[in-house]
Amino acid sequence: MAVIETKGLTYTYPSGTKRALEDVSITIERGEFVVLTGPSGCGKTTLCRCFNGLVPHFYGGKLEGDVLVTGLNVHEHSIYELARHVGLVFQNPENQLFALSVEKDVAFGLENLGVPRDEMKKRVDWALQTTDIEDLRERAPHELSGGQQQRVAIASVLAMQPNVMVLDEPTSFLDPLGAQRIFEVINELNKNLGITVVLVEHRLDLAARYADHVIIMDEGRVMLDGKPREIFGLEKTRLMGIGIPKSTRLYQVLEKSGVHLSKVPITSEEATQILKEVLNRD
Amino acid sequence: MIEVKDVSFTYPNDVEALHGVSLKIQDGEFVAIMGQNGAGKTTLVKHFNGLLKPTKGEVVVDGVNTTKASVATLSRKVGFVFQNPDHQLFCETVKDEIAFALKNFGFKENTIKKRVTWALNLLDLKKYRKTSPFMLSGGERKRVALASVLAWNPKVIILDEPTIGQDQKQKDRLRQFINQLITQGKTVVIVTHDVEFVAECNPKIVLMANGKILAEGSAKQILTNRYLLTQASIVLPQIAQIFTGLADLGLPIDVINVHEAKKVLLDFMEVNS
Amino acid sequence: MSVFEGLRFRRVSSPIHRLDPRVKFFYVCVLFVITIMFGGTINNPELLPLIVLFFIQIPFVLAAGVKREWARSMRGAAFLVAFIFAFNFIFRYIYGNYESFALLLEYSFAMALRFLVLVESFSIFFLTTSPDHLGLALEQTHVPYEFCFAFTTAVRFVPVLAEEAQTIMDAQKARGLELERGNFIKRIKNYIPLLIPLIVNAIRRSLELAEAMESRAWGATEKRTNLYVLTLKNSDYILVVLSVLMLILAVYVRLLPPVPPLTVLLRI
Repeated sequence: MAVIETKGLTYTYPSGTKRALEDVSITIERGEFVVLTGPSGCGKTTLCRCFNGLVPHFYGGKLEGDVLVTGLNVHEHSIYELARHVGLVFQNPENQLFALSVEKDVAFGLENLGVPRDEMKKRVDWALQTTDIEDLRERAPHELSGGQQQRVAIASVLAMQPNVMVLDEPTSFLDPLGAQRIFEVINELNKNLGITVVLVEHRLDLAARYADHVIIMDEGRVMLDGKPREIFGLEKTRLMGIGIPKSTRLYQVLEKSGVHLSKVPITSEEATQILKEVLNRD
Repeated sequence: MIEVKDVSFTYPNDVEALHGVSLKIQDGEFVAIMGQNGAGKTTLVKHFNGLLKPTKGEVVVDGVNTTKASVATLSRKVGFVFQNPDHQLFCETVKDEIAFALKNFGFKENTIKKRVTWALNLLDLKKYRKTSPFMLSGGERKRVALASVLAWNPKVIILDEPTIGQDQKQKDRLRQFINQLITQGKTVVIVTHDVEFVAECNPKIVLMANGKILAEGSAKQILTNRYLLTQASIVLPQIAQIFTGLADLGLPIDVINVHEAKKVLLDFMEVNS
Repeated sequence: MSVFEGLRFRRVSSPIHRLDPRVKFFYVCVLFVITIMFGGTINNPELLPLIVLFFIQIPFVLAAGVKREWARSMRGAAFLVAFIFAFNFIFRYIYGNYESFALLLEYSFAMALRFLVLVESFSIFFLTTSPDHLGLALEQTHVPYEFCFAFTTAVRFVPVLAEEAQTIMDAQKARGLELERGNFIKRIKNYIPLLIPLIVNAIRRSLELAEAMESRAWGATEKRTNLYVLTLKNSDYILVVLSVLMLILAVYVRLLPPVPPLTVLLRI
């Protein structure tokens, strides 16, 4: 069942001269882990904001085409209605934490929704446990590291129990280890709780391994849409300026030199394995 | 040359960010200071232009002790490009932005005009000469910030986390640009945790953790040393990970980029067929 | 800015910290009113009650465990206190309408001490009340949520903005900006490269915050619920009663024959 569906989605910002999104038609199934990527300015950030209604309700502008999120038409529902179903985690951890303690921040969305206190306490506890930040409960956001702050942001969204979680370059400000931890948390939410994940990322070396669906955009259009291995292995992807995983690049380079590998690797483990096959063969 | 002599630094809030760090950066070197967030990398490089003065030890830049010179004087030689260009952009036009430092350093009107044009061309910003920097995209603003530092032609250029939020094309362009600077004889210091970027650039690496220098060496030496990188909480580059896995087949483990990997693998296969 | 140091909340737990902020505020207001009631005139200064008021608050400081911060705020206020003293003393001295030198001194002390007592009580309030408790108190006294939110968010971002200001200053210094140089006009102009990035970034930050707020169902319902609730405990009721008693006592003393100046009492 499609949890997000867009048909002919076209959008221009109010002050924009050219279209930010051009005829975007995609389908995201329930439980998928989607990686959305593309060069800077390709429209991926704008697309994310269409999923929870920030576009068009917060930004204004002209939105054409259909956007259905968990069956709801984005044109017809306010951001706060959509917030129950779609959570959005932003790039800068600092600017999505408002309260003076972690647990108050996690409760923020629930307070806005008018959830009764008992239910709220349960959900806050659950969200803190699931993202493994129970020990940070009483801390102030300013004292936390970037990685911890992002986990708080994820917990705050999680507490609202959405079906879909959209994350817009959540690891930009984190170091590789911090980024890995965040991807692991997101992956657990996807695999254990069945939450559909849409992850916008440049750092494919770290993120590609989790994807079961990849969408590549450029200049406001969807250029490629399909399975990770197919898409990352294409020469076209690399030439668009996408930073494909180095393992995949090595595969391409070897293919060109006449060395045939059994499948397209996207992680170093896969690459090691298939290289061993080839090298042992000789 | 920049010499760091047994420097310790404690912030006013009593956090000790550097413990007994010693380092020498020669003219014309390309150095990457690496480590996880909080390791002390930015704290260290802020000593190079005098923004921070050591609590213990000393920093000597081209023979001058940094406690004996102002930040402005030191900045003349050591240009610092901050991570977020929005922390410095304030002028009405891009050309004013680039001219700002030149005016501060007392350059003459003619020289300023020439340098501004030169910097604009260098970073492909000519068409934005009269544009407001606030109207530009994130990547373009980064280029303006870089241009405004290069304009005064410092000997040393420090780039603080230049790859954050950049896509592959932008990173490739940055890498080419750094190579250009090196060929011009500049000393380039980048502060980064981006192992893949560093693996393609091949600088000398200074690895930091917890306010100390763990190790110094070539990119090949450091980025393939799993033990060191774990201590610094850094991930190995993917290619190095692959070759660590292939070590038992007799392949070398000090391979960090795709180009070299291909060569090594093809040679190996030829030898063994 | 050490007077502000004394107003910054410290995360310590003490019986005073646990008191309801609304009750503490009531107590501070009562203290304010009482302090204003006494002080006297140039020829009949009332130093004694002010000294009493100053020392009455010491037990609170000790019970709250905020000695050091409180002392810092007192030191920070010292300049203004000295100024008030000097101003009153010199002005009246020159103007010449005083009865005796001792009385003039006492009056100037009284005016200065009055200010100090006010700083003292507000300092204790802010030192022992966390900003989120304050925000909560505002919410529960039915201040519209937008204002409470604006308050707590502002407090939350103070350290962030302070750091950003420092980074901006560093970035501009690294481009040769010398804040100390130049004549008065130049020095003011030097602040433009600091203010503009600060303001622009603050605006950008607000936009991002607004996006995040909307994404977390801001405005979904008028009936917002709250994770925490402030309830009045026995200690709160005790403080209320104490404050009211103090007020009654103060009014009684005020209505009695006038309080004699210290100088008269000491036969100076």
